[in-house]
Amino acid sequence: MDYFQQFLFGIYPYVAATIFLLGSLIRFDREQYTWKSDSSQLLKRGQLRWGSNLFHIGILFLFFGHAVGLLTPHHIYEGLGLSISAKQLLAMVSGGLAGLLCLAGIALLLHRRLSEPRIRKTSKPMDIFILLWIFITLLLGLTTILFSMRHLEGSEMLALSAWAQHIVTFRGDAAAYVVNVPIIYKVHLFFGMTLFLLFPFSRLVHIWSGFASLGYLTRAYQVVRQKA
Amino acid sequence: MKIRAQIAMVLNLDKCIGCHTCSITCKNVWTSREGMEYVWFNNVESKPGVGYPKQWENQKVWNGGWKRKDDGSIEPRQGSRGKILSNIFANPNLPEIDDYYEPFTYDYQHLQNAPLSETPPTARPVSAITGEKMEKIHWGPNWEDDLGGEFSSRGRDKNFDNVQKEMHATFENTFLMYLPRLCEHCLNPTCVASCPSGSIYKREEDGIVLVDQDKCRGWRMCISGCPYKKIYYNWKSGKAEKCIFCYPRIEAGQPTVCSETCVGRIRYLGVILYDADRIEEAASVENVEDLYEAQLKVFLDPNDPAVLEQARRDGIPEAWLDAAKKSPVWKMAMDWKVAFPLHPEYRTLPMVWYIPPLSPIQAAAESGRMGMNGIIPDTQSLRIPVKYLANLLTAGKEAPVISALDRMLAMRAYMRGRSVEGEGNTAALEQVGLSVAQADEMYRYMAIANYEDRFVIPTNHREEAIDTFEEKAACGFTFGNGCSDGVSKPSLFGKRKNVVPVDLTHLRRKIAG
Repeated sequence: MDYFQQFLFGIYPYVAATIFLLGSLIRFDREQYTWKSDSSQLLKRGQLRWGSNLFHIGILFLFFGHAVGLLTPHHIYEGLGLSISAKQLLAMVSGGLAGLLCLAGIALLLHRRLSEPRIRKTSKPMDIFILLWIFITLLLGLTTILFSMRHLEGSEMLALSAWAQHIVTFRGDAAAYVVNVPIIYKVHLFFGMTLFLLFPFSRLVHIWSGFASLGYLTRAYQVVRQKA
Repeated sequence: MKIRAQIAMVLNLDKCIGCHTCSITCKNVWTSREGMEYVWFNNVESKPGVGYPKQWENQKVWNGGWKRKDDGSIEPRQGSRGKILSNIFANPNLPEIDDYYEPFTYDYQHLQNAPLSETPPTARPVSAITGEKMEKIHWGPNWEDDLGGEFSSRGRDKNFDNVQKEMHATFENTFLMYLPRLCEHCLNPTCVASCPSGSIYKREEDGIVLVDQDKCRGWRMCISGCPYKKIYYNWKSGKAEKCIFCYPRIEAGQPTVCSETCVGRIRYLGVILYDADRIEEAASVENVEDLYEAQLKVFLDPNDPAVLEQARRDGIPEAWLDAAKKSPVWKMAMDWKVAFPLHPEYRTLPMVWYIPPLSPIQAAAESGRMGMNGIIPDTQSLRIPVKYLANLLTAGKEAPVISALDRMLAMRAYMRGRSVEGEGNTAALEQVGLSVAQADEMYRYMAIANYEDRFVIPTNHREEAIDTFEEKAACGFTFGNGCSDGVSKPSLFGKRKNVVPVDLTHLRRKIAG
């Protein structure tokens, strides 16, 4: 195994995760004023309703799908009576559908952001860059489904989830599991991990707040603050 | 009983001349920034008209304010908490900037820089958002000024409900009034209730509703929640901003900028004591026509010893109780009952109230004979339909508005008698249930309107919130970055634009620890 791959799949995940967590923390602590969803809905409704809803629903499903699919130990599926190949098929179909929803959404959002002058002119370079980055990551992810169809017995899926599980349990040999998967998976992994690295420097930080806003469901309607 | 105090406002529409000085001074102080060009914390609308943003009063379009459910409880009209969260990716009730207007300036440079040509150069409009030339300006912040535009557009005004508006479509029968609008600093604000991040709050000590700019995440639910559309989205900063009731001035005992600069002296500021425990009950009454009276019941009499005793227990400073006794707002809203909340049917219990305007006697002009109600002119023959005013101020209930107009007419009749014939027309006062002392006071407050009568504002007791001794030898004047070297540098995450000239809040927080 060459040094480059050892770095990319053994070390880089930790670099990205550290920057993701520490960067988020520092930004939240130091620059909360910049912490926002940065909505452009006011400037142009247009395709936002379809675009934003499809994109968010799709990508949330993909995020949790990846988390559960990659990190759940293999024997739990067997306990549930789900064979490896059946699980892979489930992942390919559900992930593929969510991916297509997300793709339709992000295509609308990208079109809107680039073609609508009000939004184009008020976009920060990072707004466009991060959208393109997600777009490419998504396209790569959808392409991997075609490759997975050649390995319906699930060996590659097992390799990838072994990699992810070794990463999160801090076992040093994680990179070895993905050395032999096709390059398309590796590029997708790189783009995905880099998304976490870019996270604190972009508007993506609003995702933390999106989850935090679930607290609203149990909050009293009125908020009164005392002298401070 | 949980007593809180609020600095409330009354605007005497009878004296508003529509000069827009309030809007301009407010804009110069608070919203002359990128991202806020289209924002007017205070604006003056010509009524009838659809207003700013268009049709803001039509909650069938915008779903602002509260609705009463079948079980008697209330929830934001835009939906329950779950519904609001489900709309977080795209808010279906959010106005677009064109509903306000696309902010613009003019290419003035071209007048000087244009090359020699046969025709004189023109300064074309330029969008403040895109910087591109605009072909035609379709709408502006005060497009309907003084009944500008055709009646078919102005006539969409929601206050025409149950009014035969066609009667007022012709030039001879039209009517005009001004409506200056700002944040209502409600007792039951829907903006606060709609905010998923809990960044909007009402201040306990003076009732001012503020957006915590650090905590705001730009979810935009407050903008659709507010039925008055007085929260705005700053497209540059991505945060919600609203009228701050000039809180730095109020804290120092000064009136808001809009009140201070009002040419017609129509604005009044004073303390109102209210029972926070009764808010929900008052906002939930079944019939919208009862909401005005329900809100009156939330207000507490500052001359009642029991109220004063409880207020002291609840930590309201003595100076505030004194101010409450002299409050012009209390006199107008509670004593004379001439001031009313704006659109109480939204169930937000607004705290900026309005005295309805008198208008020329329409019938007199037509028949040469004035309609009389006893010895004062009949309010039904006023040029502005009472129903229209009632739709604006009392959810359609005409009796309180008629009573207020009668009292204003009676006060005039009484004073005219006193200055022309040497003795006041007390019969007119008796007819409307006013005492001579009340009429004298009404005259003093509403006609003379001296500065010290209009603004009775106790200072905030900051010393109770922080130990100022701890700030001894603190960093003093800074550019908003606490006690660092006094220069705001661009940071890793983009430069923060500060609007607070002297910021000791970080230090205070640290001390409070």
